[in-house]
This record gives sequence, C-alpha cells and structure tokens, in this order.
Amino acid sequence: MPVIQMQGIVKRFASLTANNHINFDLEQGEIHALLGENGAGKTTLMRILYGLYHADEGQILVNNHPVTIRSPHDAIQNGIGMVTQHFTLVPTLTVAENLTLGQAGSFILNPLEIQRQVEKDSQRLGIPVKPAALVRHLSVGEQQRVEVLKALSRNARVLILDEPTAVLVPQEVEILFDALQRLRQEGLSVIFISHKLPEVMTICDRITVLRDGALVGTVAKSATTATELARMMVGRENFGVARQSERQPAGPLLQVEALQAQGSKGLPALRGVGFMVEAGEILGIAGVSGNGQTELGRVLAGMLRPSGGHIRVDDKNLTGAGPAELAQAGVGCILEDRHASLVDDMTVAENLVLDQLDGFSRGGMLNRARILENARKWIAEYQIKASPNDPIRQLSGGNMQKVILARNLSRTPKVVIAAQPTRGLDVGATDYVRSKLLEQRARGAAVLLISEDLDEIMALADRIAVIYEGSLMGILPAQAATVETLGLMMTGKTLESIRPTPEADHA
Amino acid sequence: MEPFIIGLLAATLRVATPLILGTLGELFSERAGILNLGIEGTLFVGAFAGFAGAALTGSLWLGLLAAILFGMISGLLMALLTVRLGVNQHVSGLGLTLFWTGFSLFAFRLVFGESKVPPSIETFQTVSPFGNLPWLGPISSQHILTYFALALIPLTWWILYRTRFGLNIRAVGENPEAADAAGLNVYAIRTQALLIGGALMGMAGAFLSLAQLGAFTYGIVAGRGWVCIALIIFANWEASRVLWGALLFGGVASLQLRLQTLGLKLPYELLLSLPYIVTILALTLAGRNVSAPASLLKAYRRE
Ligand SMILES: Nc1ncnc2c1ncn2[C@@H]1O[C@H](COP(=O)(O)OP(=O)(O)OP(=O)(O)O)[C@@H](O)[C@H]1O
Ligand SMILES: [Mg+2]
Repeated sequence: MPVIQMQGIVKRFASLTANNHINFDLEQGEIHALLGENGAGKTTLMRILYGLYHADEGQILVNNHPVTIRSPHDAIQNGIGMVTQHFTLVPTLTVAENLTLGQAGSFILNPLEIQRQVEKDSQRLGIPVKPAALVRHLSVGEQQRVEVLKALSRNARVLILDEPTAVLVPQEVEILFDALQRLRQEGLSVIFISHKLPEVMTICDRITVLRDGALVGTVAKSATTATELARMMVGRENFGVARQSERQPAGPLLQVEALQAQGSKGLPALRGVGFMVEAGEILGIAGVSGNGQTELGRVLAGMLRPSGGHIRVDDKNLTGAGPAELAQAGVGCILEDRHASLVDDMTVAENLVLDQLDGFSRGGMLNRARILENARKWIAEYQIKASPNDPIRQLSGGNMQKVILARNLSRTPKVVIAAQPTRGLDVGATDYVRSKLLEQRARGAAVLLISEDLDEIMALADRIAVIYEGSLMGILPAQAATVETLGLMMTGKTLESIRPTPEADHA
Repeated sequence: MEPFIIGLLAATLRVATPLILGTLGELFSERAGILNLGIEGTLFVGAFAGFAGAALTGSLWLGLLAAILFGMISGLLMALLTVRLGVNQHVSGLGLTLFWTGFSLFAFRLVFGESKVPPSIETFQTVSPFGNLPWLGPISSQHILTYFALALIPLTWWILYRTRFGLNIRAVGENPEAADAAGLNVYAIRTQALLIGGALMGMAGAFLSLAQLGAFTYGIVAGRGWVCIALIIFANWEASRVLWGALLFGGVASLQLRLQTLGLKLPYELLLSLPYIVTILALTLAGRNVSAPASLLKAYRRE
C-alpha cells in the first residue's frame, strides 16, 4: 500500500521548470532512492512534499487521501519528516532545545526535563545524541543524527533524507544505514536522495530517477544495475574518469616544508606537513575528514596564515602570502567551501571576473560588455547550465563548481590546489571536474588534490599522501597503494611501520 | 561628600530606568531577528502619549497605559513593514522614528495648543521601601517603574531561556529556516516579539514624561533610543548585562549633571557629551566578542 503518492507535480521557478509532471509513490516500509544529476529537481520535489515549496500543479495523497501541505507544520501533521540537504538546526541552541522546538508542550521549559525526554526518545529509537551539547559544537555526523531524531520523535512515518551521506565519513554512513534498516523493520518508509550509486544499490528497495526536471522511471533494485542507473541519470553508459598515463617527472613546482597551522579552535591542525608536487603530476592527499585537510587547503590558498614552515612555488618563497599574491604567482585554488569562492548574490558573469577586475575595467569603470562576453565564452566552454546574468545562488552545486573551475583554470595556473572538488556533485559533474584536473596535469601543471573520497584519489593521483591528525603518514606511488595500506595509514599508522623496509620486498 | 554620593547613586538608578526598559524592549526585537531603529521615535511617542493620557484623564496610570498602547502600535507597524512585507529594517526603523517624532509634536500642539508656559502634571510618587535608614533609605527611594525595570531583567532572561516562547524567539532570530522547518510560525513569533518590545519602549518613554519631567518637551528623549541600540551591543544581547550598561551610562550622566552644578571651569557642552563618549568607549572595549543573532536584519521568505 502506498503511503505517499505525488501525482503530476509541476514546479516552475521563473522560466525554469524544476519539476515537470512528476509521479512518485512510496510504499509502506520501503527505502526508496531518488536519483538524478545536480539540478534534476530532486530537492525541489521533496521540498514540495515537506511544504517548503508549493507545487504549481499536481496533488499529494497520504494513505490514499488527498491532502494539502502548505507548510512543514502540515507535513509533520501528516507524519512526514525531512532532513534537508543543508541542515536546519539552530547552532546556538542545545540539542534538546532544537528537538523540542516547534513541539507542543508546557509553557515553562525545564532544561533538565527536555534533556531527559530527548534521552528517552534517543534510546527508544536507537539514535544516540548528546542532549545538553550546543549544536554548533557537534560534528556533521552528530548534527545529522539530531536531524533524524527530530523527524522521528515527531512520529514521522515517512522520512525524507536529502543527500544524507554526502558529508559523512564511512563509519558514520554505516551507523546511519544500520539505523535505517532497523527503523524500516518497524514500518518506517524512507525517501533517500544520493549521488552515490553503490550506496543506493546497498540500501534501497526501489529507485526513481529524475533528469532535467522530468521523470525517467522507477525501477526495483533487483531488476537493475548501477550501470543502468547511471545511464538513466545522465543518458550515457560509461562514466568514471581515471588517469591513463604515467607521469613524466619534470621538477618540483610546489614545495611545502614543515608546515604548521592552527585550527579554528586554536589547536594545532597542521604539525609539520612537508611534500612537493612536480610539474605534470597529481599528488593526492587522502584522509578521514577533520585531520587537517581543511586547514591545509586554506593555508595553500592564502586564507590562513601558517604558524611555521615554508611554501615555495617555482622556487619563489610564498610563505604567508595572501590570495592575490598567490594568484599572481600562478596558484589556482578550488576551495572546499564553494560559497567562500563565490558571491552568492552576484551574477555568473560578475563572479567569473571577480579576481581579475583590472583586466575588465578602465579608469575604475567596469566594462560590462566585455564582462558579459567573457562570461558567454566560459559558459560555453565549461558547459555551465546558466545564463550570464543569473545570480550564483540559483545554480546547482555542479554548475557552481564549473564557474569556479572556469575562473581559476582560465589563467592557466602553474599550481592547482583542489580541495574536495567533487563533494556533493553528481556523476556527470564529478567526471567533468576530474577530467579538467587531468587536463591540467597533462598541460604540465602541478596539481594537489585534497580529497576524502579514496576512489577519487586512487583514480587520479600519481602519488598519494595520507594525512592523520595534521601529519603526513607517508607518501607512496599510486601503483604501490592498496586500499588496505591507505586504510591503515588513515587510522594513524605510518608507512614505515606498515612496511618497515620497502626494499626488502624486492630482495 | 556623603550626600553627594547618595544623590549620585539615586540619580543613577533614575536615569538608568528608561534605558533598561528601552534596551530590554530592543532585546526582544533583536533576539527575534529585527533591528528596531524605530526605538527613538517609540520612546518619543511613549513620552507624549503618557503625558497626554495623564493630562487628559487625570490618571498617571491611564497615561502609562496609553504609552504602552502606542508602543505596541509602533511594534505592530514595524512588524507589518519588516516581517510581513520584508522591507529593509534600517529604512523601516528610521522611517518610524521620523513618523512618530512628527506625529507626537503635531498631536501635542493639537491637544494642548501653543502657550508660553508649557503644560505640566504631577509626577509619580516615589516609594521608599527602606524608610529613613542611612544610605539605603534615600538611595532606594525610587519610582515603582524603576523597581519594575530592575525586576524585568531577570524576568526577561527567564522568558528567553526558560520558556517555550523565549526558545521560539531565539530560534527565529538565529535561523528562521530551521524554525520554519520545525513547524513554527516565524512571522507570528517575530510579530509578538516586536509587540512586547514596543510595549517596553512605550513604557520607557512614559517614564521620562510621567516620572522624571512631569512635562513633554521636544528634547525629552535626547537620543536615549540610540543609546539603547548601543547598550544592546555592549550587553552582547544578554539581558543580565543590560543592567551594567544602563548603570554605567546613567552614572556618568548623573555625574556630569552634578559636575555642572559644582561650577567647574569646563564648557558644559563637553560635560553633556560625556555619557555618550563613555558609551562609545565602553562599546569599543566590550564590542569585540559580540555575538549578534545570526539572522538579525534578514527578512524571512519561504519560496
Ligand atoms: N528557489 C529557487 N529559485 C530558483 N531556482 C531554483 C530554486 N530552487 C531550485 N532551483 C532550480 O531548480 C532546479 C532543480 O534544483 P534542485 O535543487 O531540485 O536540484 P537537485 O536535483 O536537488 O540537485 P542537487 O543534486 O545539486 O542537490 C535547479 O536548476 C535549480 O537551480
Ligand atoms: Mg538537492
């Protein structure tokens, strides 16, 4: 019996049709994946179901009864809960306060009492949280558990999860999946949005694919394969980009020595990191999130001042240089936080020239015509799905990343720093970004790829370093790297301790 | 020396009272995410409505009620502009201040006409809970409203941190999307916060005309609304710290009054500006680690 039926849903944003006559139904007790490229309309469809958007056409049935959902409040009344792509928690409130928010209850709030209540719900549903902690002190995984518990403690019978695993480390994904499996046994129905096909094939019962706002189809997991799903999503079969050739050593371009830096909490985040990247190679930095990758990226982008060590680009000392100086010296950065590289409220055209305004102005006046012309050129070249005058805010993640790539790579930098460049991107966009990085390598740039996605590192990098608690556990050539070795290094074993004398193998 | 200090302390509390009321009013608005720059005008219309109400009915309490009513109307107008229509908060607030200033002066002339001697009324009586005890007696001889203002500080803390209503206010001020997704009515909560804030601002204005001056003049508010805006930052948006800011300003303001009467060889304009200078100094020192509500100044719209 379907618990949710969405029929003929249409949603337009100005000229764009984000959902075009979509039919979607959810069976009682199933985990149903919603797949599609960036901008396919998945989030839009779910926001309609949760009352955050209003559909222009179509109707929604809950347990075979038509309902009107005008706000999240209505959705909650109908037993629908949602964990949004960007969390909706109040960071300055405690976990317990966040959970009690919007619930009926006594006028007077006793902090201890609501914490006890949360503790009870947490145990009953098997989702561990820290009731008294402030949300802003929690890790992403912990915040997500709070979100899930928030939905479930309101007796949701339908749970919508919008890309819940995009920000989680593997262990956290496992915890989440265990909880979902168990809750399904108890009759919960789940809608699960993800870009990761292996995950979808592991946990879901049925899969619905959207493309460009239209429904491609719904299939049972048992009747499909990852390849077929990919084809449904992007309209082509083969995907996956990998390094084809071996590197030709051509001298170091980026040299980093004994780099130290403080993290946001004032604790040391980098404790003497050293490596070099040669022209025409990709050095991958692997590691579990939160081991200093963010700080490394920020230091190399000139946004965080190192507290020790040296950075040299093409033998020029650039320790402590700011972003402008680094750009001048030929460093292009793809930052981890896309929103820190772009001004959300400015247009695509403006964002494309932000860091090179001198070239587009005369006597302090911007040359609008040339800025637009420049934008048209890069939009065409990078296949950005947007027009020059669209504000960045309206773009999907993949298209935002393309704007950043276009801006940085158009200046043919000698050194490219790419931090988590494909996080949250769909297969198509991921492939695109990866192929661009390989293109940079082929033209002789030194590429530093900081990524938590081990598959990505193994597919692209010539050499792989693993970072753990702010130190490198070793650097090894990609041919010599196995998932086991890297996995051990990611948990803090140095390369030497795993393979005391690599030469001994050959002896 | 003793009477000087006693007089100074008593005056400090008196001068601090409207600042405490006004700042707590602003606190309710800002914690809900609305910067209410209409405060200066709301104090003014509160002072006027209080005076007019008292003069026309002969009851100071009815005057106070009128001031509260006008304060709430002001809060409601602010809500209409910034919450319902999503108009820029700076513009709406400054506009309201201009509007209430003009309105009050016009209405004052309409009701009382133009006379050489400005009309005046008997002010509120003070109460002296400690009778004639040395020190405590004269210092504690204050208006009821002063005691109310002092009691309001812990009460405001309690409402914000120990009631569901306060939790809702903090949530819509920090992250309205989250509050909305949790099923709260962001518009209603922000409107309620502005209503409470307006009521307190009206009361603050009425204190000036009904307890301090017994009259209504053009310069009765003299920038106290702007001082409240500064005090909020000084207090780091916490009710408990509002007291210290208000006492500091009140203390310096009373001190300069006394210094003027001592006949110091200082230009009195300099003395007059002293409290404001101290406010700015205190702000630069205290304003470093400020944590404003994250969604202050942001209108909320669901798509
Ligand atoms: N509030 C909005 N205003 C204008 N356009 C919007 C708005 N929200 C979404 N869109 C557009 O609608 C389309 C669908 O967006 P949606 O967020 O549903 O995609 P998605 O499938 O969730 O993508 P992703 O995988 O990147 O999260 C996109 O082109 C997006 O730019
Ligand atoms: Mg989405």
